[in-house]
Amino acid sequence: MASRASSQGLFFRLHIDLTLLLGLIALIAIGQVILYSASGENVALMQRQGIRLGIAFVVMIIIAQISPDAMRRWSPILFIIGSTMLVAVLLIGTKVLGAQRWLDLGFFRFQPSEMMKLAVPMMLAWYLSGGHIPPRNRHLIISLIILLLPVLLIAKQPDLGTSLLVSSAGLFVIFMAGVSWRLILGFAFAGIAFTIPMWLFLMRDYQRQRVLTMLNPESDPLGSGYHIIQSKIAIGSGGTFGKGWLNGTQSHLEFLPERHTDFIFSVFAEEFGFSGILLLLSIYLFIIFRGIYITTQAHGTFARLLGASIVLTFLVYIFVNIGMVSGILPVVGVPLPLVSYGGTSIVTLMAGFGILMSIHTHRKLLAH
Amino acid sequence: MVQKQHFKDHFIEQRIFHNRSLVALFFTVILFGILTFRLFVLQINNHEHFTTLSQNNRVSVQALPPTRGLIYDRNGIILAENLPSYTLQIIPEQTSDIDNLLNELSLLVNLRDIDIKKFRKEVRRKRRFEGIPLRFRLNDEEVAIISVNLHRLPGVEIKAQLSRFYPYGKETSHIVGYVGRINEKELKTLPVTNYSGTNHTGKLGIEKSYEALLHGQVGYQKVETNVRGRVLRVLERSNPVPGNDLYLNLDIKLQKVAIDAFADKRGALVAINPENGHVLAMVSMPDYDANLFVNGIDSKTYKALNTSWERPLYNRTILGGYPPGSTTKPFFALAGLETNTIQLDHEIFCPGYYQLKGKAHKYRDWKKWGHGKTDISKSIIQSCDVFYYDLAFQLGIDKMHQFMTSFGFGQRSGIDILGERSGLMPSKEWKKRVRKQVWFPGETVIAGIGQGYVLVTPLQLALGTATLANGGQHFKPQLVSAIQRKVDPVPRLVNPQMVRKIPIKRQENWNEVYHGMKSVIHSARGTARRLNKPDMRYEIAGKTGTAQVFSVAQDATYKEEELEERLKDHALFMAFAPVKNPKIAIAVVVENGGHGGSVAAPIAGKVIEAYLNQFSDEELNNPTPIPPEEPIRKTTPIPVVKPDSTASSQQKGHEDHPHG
Repeated sequence: MASRASSQGLFFRLHIDLTLLLGLIALIAIGQVILYSASGENVALMQRQGIRLGIAFVVMIIIAQISPDAMRRWSPILFIIGSTMLVAVLLIGTKVLGAQRWLDLGFFRFQPSEMMKLAVPMMLAWYLSGGHIPPRNRHLIISLIILLLPVLLIAKQPDLGTSLLVSSAGLFVIFMAGVSWRLILGFAFAGIAFTIPMWLFLMRDYQRQRVLTMLNPESDPLGSGYHIIQSKIAIGSGGTFGKGWLNGTQSHLEFLPERHTDFIFSVFAEEFGFSGILLLLSIYLFIIFRGIYITTQAHGTFARLLGASIVLTFLVYIFVNIGMVSGILPVVGVPLPLVSYGGTSIVTLMAGFGILMSIHTHRKLLAH
Repeated sequence: MVQKQHFKDHFIEQRIFHNRSLVALFFTVILFGILTFRLFVLQINNHEHFTTLSQNNRVSVQALPPTRGLIYDRNGIILAENLPSYTLQIIPEQTSDIDNLLNELSLLVNLRDIDIKKFRKEVRRKRRFEGIPLRFRLNDEEVAIISVNLHRLPGVEIKAQLSRFYPYGKETSHIVGYVGRINEKELKTLPVTNYSGTNHTGKLGIEKSYEALLHGQVGYQKVETNVRGRVLRVLERSNPVPGNDLYLNLDIKLQKVAIDAFADKRGALVAINPENGHVLAMVSMPDYDANLFVNGIDSKTYKALNTSWERPLYNRTILGGYPPGSTTKPFFALAGLETNTIQLDHEIFCPGYYQLKGKAHKYRDWKKWGHGKTDISKSIIQSCDVFYYDLAFQLGIDKMHQFMTSFGFGQRSGIDILGERSGLMPSKEWKKRVRKQVWFPGETVIAGIGQGYVLVTPLQLALGTATLANGGQHFKPQLVSAIQRKVDPVPRLVNPQMVRKIPIKRQENWNEVYHGMKSVIHSARGTARRLNKPDMRYEIAGKTGTAQVFSVAQDATYKEEELEERLKDHALFMAFAPVKNPKIAIAVVVENGGHGGSVAAPIAGKVIEAYLNQFSDEELNNPTPIPPEEPIRKTTPIPVVKPDSTASSQQKGHEDHPHG
């Protein structure tokens, strides 16, 4: 341990985990290369993204300085502020493209649902770490209420992608706290048992049609299916080595919609092929493994639960986004983490990694 | 809250956490495995397939708009059809400079500002590879000019399309209505996918209220195109489902007879089959050509139509509120009899005026020197006002309101086109609620001759007449008689809907009123005796009416010739025939026409004659047999589009229609 501490000494004292940092830098570097192509070589857009990344890095480093213990103490207050702002969004929020997600604070616009991606798992980790592990039934019920309240508020905006991410972040905390397998299976069966009669008796034809279209977008080629068809062509035509950087025909001829945000993976797959994808997935996997390692080494229940939830939510981002653009999952608005263009999600993600670094680097101090 | 801290078993906790971490690791590997497998299938296994689609050809998806359903009259004569026409359209994706292209095009063909404005609006909402129409109905010369220049006009194409056409555009404009290009407001309410290939939607009349049935279901085709967007091969095709055809109860020949009878007069006519509420003819004069609106009317023509004092755009049959005048007398006579307020032998003496007890005001009869002794029949035949002043006073306004409401007055009839007005049948409660005033007895008296607050639409008057004619069966008036889905072998009939059955207290009461109404035509002193011709195969029952457009000062006499045309009385007539087994009930209003008997009745007479001439003597004398149960099938009520402000938006200017 001594030699390791000396090699990482400086970073460790700065509360930065070098291994994780290297993984993130590799990912972001690749992301910038793809974005340059996907945005149609738009320099102004690259600059905006660069500024965001800079801010996100600063946020990550600042958060890494805060000890997990301090975070634990602040969790309930953060959660209450976040929930209050979610209610405020529904009442006085600003509408952009039909969804009411933004709170206008005068000098800048803020998306409270983004904050809840961290506030919800923090709150649940705070709550469950204070009690018996594995949690008792009544604690589970209260946890579910804590989780459901913000998720429903976000779903009402409507923002399906974020409410999916927030609810998985919360569920991961509960899962890691050791809720019994019997209960998990029980809920799964109850869910199925509830869905079948609802499908058969309660839903109307057009509602069923809408769900089917969401599950199988290709049945609606004039609507959402169009994106998927074009995305699959882009990915598939990439082949083993891709068409080369800046040479993707699907994306550059504007067949591919939203190609610098949610569908950026298709651009990457078209230009760099299966080999490029394996590299990208390896980097993602590297970051996730490092995250899981950090949480297993973590001290204290709160840190473990929160750390694991952050890592697993990152996994959900990746799986849902790539699953969606390759046509095996319904289209919900989830970006490819740290690659897609767009501000707030990058800051939240990096803040999450800041928490992981804090968990890892404050260990020794806690041990004293 | 569960706060610190029972004894925590750190060992168990550690073990649970490590177990769960292993599970998480396992899931991570599985999920990445799934993604890798999926991408392998797309990129390695199906690589060639997708490369073909991507590199040599491009795949695009084209919407195949459904063919709009046709509209026929009751005899199968087509009222709304789709004719091939040439449309000039631009595919934004294939042109780099749209402004320049529009300039080029405007040198070749005539482009109106409205065309360009609408085009630019649609550019914003459609996908870049979709063709966006710029000009409809190109003539042959324009098609030729553009075809010759096509090589230097990238993204421009001429498309053969179907365009809505109304062969009887003028005669049916108020009923069938028209389609027009989808506007911004409609964009928000119409289902996006189903209208992705559609440029037009119903704006008025049947075209609007039956939009959901007429439009059909969009289809699509996945096609391979070359670099210039030309279709090389259809990969996949899902055919559109054409809209339903509609059959109306309307008889276009009868409609034309009515329009000819009006000549250049203004007014409205509604003819209903009393046996089932079917609307046989529905005329609002003057009319206009619905075809003008299909591809965008130019603002000058529209302004002329919209601001004309004759109000051609105004559908008088459902929007016009007229004082019904004496046409209400048969209803009030029946009301008196059925409520036991008067008996069959009731008789008054008419001195030419009526006074309420203790009041000096004289309510005058149209006949200055009075009708003398007047019984029920005579009161209808000669239209004695004093008889009804007195009867109204005895009945009281609330009984009158109640009785008339059951015949459909003062209510929307529920006819299957939108925007209908409810008219007005006043009551004490109504005046308190709306006018915030108490009811005065004098207002009851003038309501007795259909003046004062009372307002009816021509549709309501026809419906009331039909209900009176058939012994109290109040039907919902129905324009659409049958719906033909393309998959069905025969059209499904729309069943008549009875709103209510008015109970008959004594048949003799009804017969007395029928007798009076018959004598209006078939007796020497009837107000509509000119309809009586020696060789008639049937008898008509009717009632004339003359509605004052403004009040005449007490004791003043006036000469009609001296009045400006627009201040002249409205002429009204309501009738049904044959008196036994009625087959047609009709209401006619001629605006500023003068006397009902001389102006409105002849129009009704011609329509009745034209309609009944198609029946044999035997059919005339017997009720129409109820058709056999097959192939009629029960239909569910038709989903009529909910009325909204767009339905009557173009009629906004007509709120201030003249009345009493």
